[in-house]
Amino acid sequence: MFAQQVVNAISLGSVYALFALGFTLVFGILGVINLSHGGIFMLGAYAALLLITRFDIPFWVALPLAMAASGTLGLLIDVLILRLLRKRNAPHLMPMIATIGAAILMTSLAQGLFGSETRRFPLELFDQASLTWGPITIPVVQAGITALSVALMLIMVWVLRHTRIGQALRAISESPRAAALLGIPVERLFHLTSFVAAALGGAAGILIGLSFDAISPFMGQPMLHKGIAAIILGGLGDVRGAVLGGLFLGAAEVFAVTFLSSEYRDALSFGLLFLVLLWRPQGLFGASSTRSA
Amino acid sequence: MDWSAWWDTYSTLVLSIGVYGMLALSIYLTLSCGLLSLANAAFMGIGAYVSAIITLHYEWPFALALLLGTAAPAAVALLVGIPVLRLSGVYLAMATLGFGEVVRVVLLNLDITGGPLGLNGIPPLTTGWHVLLALAATILLLQALRRSRIGRAFEAIREDETAARLMGIATDRIKLLAFVLGAAIAGLAGGLNAHYTFTLSPGNFGFESAVDILTMAVLGGIQGLTGPLLGGAILTLLPELLRGLQDFRMAANGLILILVVLFLPHGLWDPARFRRWVRK
Repeated sequence: MFAQQVVNAISLGSVYALFALGFTLVFGILGVINLSHGGIFMLGAYAALLLITRFDIPFWVALPLAMAASGTLGLLIDVLILRLLRKRNAPHLMPMIATIGAAILMTSLAQGLFGSETRRFPLELFDQASLTWGPITIPVVQAGITALSVALMLIMVWVLRHTRIGQALRAISESPRAAALLGIPVERLFHLTSFVAAALGGAAGILIGLSFDAISPFMGQPMLHKGIAAIILGGLGDVRGAVLGGLFLGAAEVFAVTFLSSEYRDALSFGLLFLVLLWRPQGLFGASSTRSA
Repeated sequence: MDWSAWWDTYSTLVLSIGVYGMLALSIYLTLSCGLLSLANAAFMGIGAYVSAIITLHYEWPFALALLLGTAAPAAVALLVGIPVLRLSGVYLAMATLGFGEVVRVVLLNLDITGGPLGLNGIPPLTTGWHVLLALAATILLLQALRRSRIGRAFEAIREDETAARLMGIATDRIKLLAFVLGAAIAGLAGGLNAHYTFTLSPGNFGFESAVDILTMAVLGGIQGLTGPLLGGAILTLLPELLRGLQDFRMAANGLILILVVLFLPHGLWDPARFRRWVRK
């Protein structure tokens, strides 16, 4: 029983972590809380759904295409909104407010274009079997979702740690001005970060849509809240922290439903966030002590 | 023109303009000392539920219900504000958003609040005079505050909190005052709102409402009291005017937020811009 819950927690937490990773990346590099990340997450799921149901594209092709579509959306938000605010040196609340607007716009567009009702990926496309290992049972689809999110996260962490682009990005997160003086194409890397973060957000949307067997225009908002909780638990802008925060949140939710009651599950992430902010604003795993971002 | 027929049709809309004006003023108060607090919808919800439970279950007088509906969120704001206001910027926004979500879930799960069904059949006690009086009192209070030392302290904190503290301003206490007073105004608005809409449900006080209230203040502009009132009126009337857009109606709100932030960073009502026009 306990082992099964641990597996469920890792499975849920890894998708939360994937979502939080993109979210925290934008904060770490651009210094912006992009509150439209939940909208991108939702539209990513719809993009994959459309590709699969309308155009009969197999899932493994639809996934990267939908990720590219979400990435493009993230790029558009950066070019059309965030870039203008950067140029003007706007106070840090302005991008938050503007991206809230973008999130409302996306939710409303999805509602108008796809309807408010819950949609589903055609499940007959997927293997319905389950893997059994001792007392643990995990559906193949769930195992695939977990493996995919872990793989995407590992790739991201590797890129940030070991490539020249990763090095440049880490320089920017220290100081965009100093990085620009060193000849790093800061503006272009901002665009790249927005694209990649949104692509990861879209991937998380597809995987959550698959995992909960439900896609709706309103799935972005609760996920955004969880993402906020995860990155604050882990320490804002910290990639490793976001991953740990996402896993921690997944575990907290799974065990809260098991041992407490399901009604308060949604309050849990925010109760935790609230306590962490008061007790350790730098996050459970963060080391930096700046909180005037 | 038959005024009584007109009032029967449009009274809800007119009352809402006043109530949302008060809500926009409540968030203006915190914004004017540089705090982005997204808790005002939750404070409105606490005020609405407290006053509705009193008139519905205890049948105490309406004035007392409104008074307690104002005091309860202020007391909660005092308790929450002391630890939370140590945070600033993005962290404060996130913490207040989290607080709002916790309030929504608690309202959803208590018995006395009617759980997910909410409260129904709240007596229709709010009249135009109540809203007018409450709005006038709010405006007078805020106007007096703006002209006082406290109002100047708000401005100093918004411009540079460290400098304000070095000048001897008790920044923690002033910020707490703005937060608590904002909660009280939002609670009063919630109490008034509950007694002309007759129903309450926890969903009315979630993140969307918090954003709506913020949009009003940002759209109108927070240079003075006129901006939030104007923004509140526009965003209350807008859904009526955009009825034809149906499902896309909310898109207008989103687009307004983006466009205002990009092209009108001081909002619609910006006295400095008006003065520049006159000078030209």
